[in-house]
Amino acid sequence: MMIHHNGYETTVTHSQLDEVLDELGYCAGRVATAVNECFVPQSERPTKRLCPGDRLEVLAPMSGG
Amino acid sequence: MPSQKKFYGHRLDTPLMLGTALYPSPAVLAEAFTRSRASVATLSLRRENSTAGTGEDFYKLIRSLKVKLLPNTAGCYSVKEAVTTAHMARELFGTNWIKLEVIGQSDRLHPDLFALVEAAKILCEDGFAVFPYCTEDLSIAERLCAVGCQVLMPWAAPIGSGLGLCNRQGLRALRGEFAEIPLVIDAGLGRPSQAAAAMELGYDAVLLNSAVARAGDPARMAEAFAQAVQAGQQAAAADPMEPRDLAQPSTPVLGKAFLS
Repeated sequence: MMIHHNGYETTVTHSQLDEVLDELGYCAGRVATAVNECFVPQSERPTKRLCPGDRLEVLAPMSGG
Repeated sequence: MPSQKKFYGHRLDTPLMLGTALYPSPAVLAEAFTRSRASVATLSLRRENSTAGTGEDFYKLIRSLKVKLLPNTAGCYSVKEAVTTAHMARELFGTNWIKLEVIGQSDRLHPDLFALVEAAKILCEDGFAVFPYCTEDLSIAERLCAVGCQVLMPWAAPIGSGLGLCNRQGLRALRGEFAEIPLVIDAGLGRPSQAAAAMELGYDAVLLNSAVARAGDPARMAEAFAQAVQAGQQAAAADPMEPRDLAQPSTPVLGKAFLS
């Protein structure tokens, strides 16, 4: 199915969020996630199912002021 | 000298908070932090390229600095965006401290003060220790405290401008009205003398980034700021004399010879 991953159209085969993250290459990386502008805690990723067209944001630590 | 006031129960070892952006290299960033003796590092979160792993590398570097982390919501223009970012930051960095920025005007990065209060209320109720990026507006400060903020972070000038204390009297009034609240000058400082002036006003800490990172020699500038905040802190504790309009001789007049 097609989702929007960090603003880009991306095709994924899985629908479970933790599996989608693995599929996208994040594996055990330190990231935080939001789906359709709503925060999804790490503990809820195994039960969070993505739907076609969902907007997935994957954020990581970055420099800031 | 450690901060006199506690920031959400935490006493800072030094009154300097330093940003982590804009440095020419990670090595320069690390050296700047060492020489600044900063006790807090601000940082953010952004989209991660799944294969780059830059976020993890950056996080390891920051953890090695042994400072308190203060993630921000920089770049957020709405309450929802800021609140969601704060939740993501709390999980990512393992801290409930959040530097809350809700921007209202892009050219000057002026905070949207109405949205700021609304977002602060939501986050305080959700257990966050909110450090709101605000102005010296007394009414907004009152409302931020009323919704649970225990620290206020007024700007000195627009972010990254280096203009220094644009409204010294306003900042002085804020200090006077909120004597018990830890106050941090956040944004707009460009020179160590400005940081010293902020501390002399009785502010509890200053937060810098561009002034250090954009200096020709960031590490040296970081050390200059460290000395400046210490000098300002000592001066404030020493109860500076009040300025006056007219001269007052320091050399005694009594006993002066009549030689004219």
